[in-house]
Amino acid sequence: MSGLTIHKGQNCQFTQTLAPMKRNNRKEAKQTVFFTNPVHIVTANAVVGNKEAQGPLKGYFRRIKEDIKLGEKNFERAEILMFDEAVRTAFNEAKPIVGDVQLLISGDLLNQMTTSSYVARNLQLPHLGVYSACSTYTEALSLGSVFLDAGHFDTVACATASHFATAERQFRYPLEYGCQRPPYAQWTVTAAGCCVLSSKGTGPLIKSATLGKVVDFGQNDLSNMGAAMAPAAMDTMCALFEETGLQPDDFDMILTGDLGKLGSDILRDLMREQGYTLGQNYHDCGCLIYSVDQNCYQGGSGAGCSASVINEFVIPRLCSGEYRRVAYLATGALMSTQSCYQGETIPCVSHGIIMEGE
Amino acid sequence: MNTVANPIEKRNERYGKYVDSVTPKTGTVKSLWHSFWIGGLTCCIAQGIGDIYALIFPNFSEDLIVNITSMTIITLAILFTGLGFYDIIARKGGAGCFLPITGFANAISSAAMEFKSEGLILGTSVKMFTVVGPVVVNGVVWSTVAGILNLLILGRI
Repeated sequence: MSGLTIHKGQNCQFTQTLAPMKRNNRKEAKQTVFFTNPVHIVTANAVVGNKEAQGPLKGYFRRIKEDIKLGEKNFERAEILMFDEAVRTAFNEAKPIVGDVQLLISGDLLNQMTTSSYVARNLQLPHLGVYSACSTYTEALSLGSVFLDAGHFDTVACATASHFATAERQFRYPLEYGCQRPPYAQWTVTAAGCCVLSSKGTGPLIKSATLGKVVDFGQNDLSNMGAAMAPAAMDTMCALFEETGLQPDDFDMILTGDLGKLGSDILRDLMREQGYTLGQNYHDCGCLIYSVDQNCYQGGSGAGCSASVINEFVIPRLCSGEYRRVAYLATGALMSTQSCYQGETIPCVSHGIIMEGE
Repeated sequence: MNTVANPIEKRNERYGKYVDSVTPKTGTVKSLWHSFWIGGLTCCIAQGIGDIYALIFPNFSEDLIVNITSMTIITLAILFTGLGFYDIIARKGGAGCFLPITGFANAISSAAMEFKSEGLILGTSVKMFTVVGPVVVNGVVWSTVAGILNLLILGRI
């Protein structure tokens, strides 16, 4: 739609059958959970800010907020409102298909996850708040799938949000403060995404979840998140390939959360060292959401970054059959501003899921 | 403990070196040039304003002219911050934007604006100096040291 070319895996053409996935026991698959019962993604949507809607994925986003303050008195309220809209839209879309949502698993970047909790306050249903920074969305999806697979719930909603202005205030400087960012910095995405998973209904399936280990390669630069998070993505990605018995080419798309350009280049190098060559089917949501001329340095970051790209770009393609199998590994940096000022390095985590078209 | 820590430290060191080699650096010449012309332009504008004041009020002392010029420049910087384009200039200008007095004004006013949502007392008043706090503290401490040295070595106040 805007000159964006997405390359697919070589082995995974339309006519060929998908390479079978291993179903290991806990002894062999230490990190991967395989779902034997169907976990459908019934509906997915995202609400994004204006800047995100101007990027390479322009035209894919349906709900766009021109004013990122949404006419509210502060940005935190605006984030809540955006999140609320994403969640309610997903609930309303899912209702005629699978009925009412029974559980909400959500998270965001703010202290004590206020955004999630304030949204859940109005919904009056069981709520789990989860936090693993930018990988919150895969964490929520993994947890939701486990609940569905085990048969405890029929319909679970997973949601995350991030907002540029609130994240700036929490992790960096006041918005209008004139400071220079290094060229390897990233830009927090203003977006909220919500999807409804169900054991009933139709839609792409979540086949497995690979839960990541916390990995720390000794990086301590708060601006260079890509370099800090790439080893975590490498660790989980290796586990995912090894434990599912799949190769990079068996996927139509391998997507990392928000490594940015630098981080995804580092990940390619790290994976090559591990013996996996990531081809043209490897993409990063942070690179997909902003174009080079938007002055976003290495690309997008934040919990809403991968949620919006997955919900509005990847899941519709899985529904239409254009993609048949997608690996999605969101990465999160688990530091706080205090921990870094106290001289700690940045621990990172990455959780991966495999989605397949029906 | 040592046997466990060593390979990890080695790995981290190797990774750190690798990251340094691939991380894009800020272009020194380009940044210097931008901060030079933007900082220089700020000072030229201030000098111009001062000269105009001197023309309009010929009987004002030089000290007074300097003071009201600084006040004008500070007001302008705060106005630009409030209108939302000081940070856009500063993204290019770097040190040329934060070293002059305008940078200090921007740092205080941006923090004051940012934390207004928590109220005038607990928000603006408490958090106003979050960015400039170190400048104020160090300014006071080091000027005190300089004053004491001045007194001890040169023997004058």
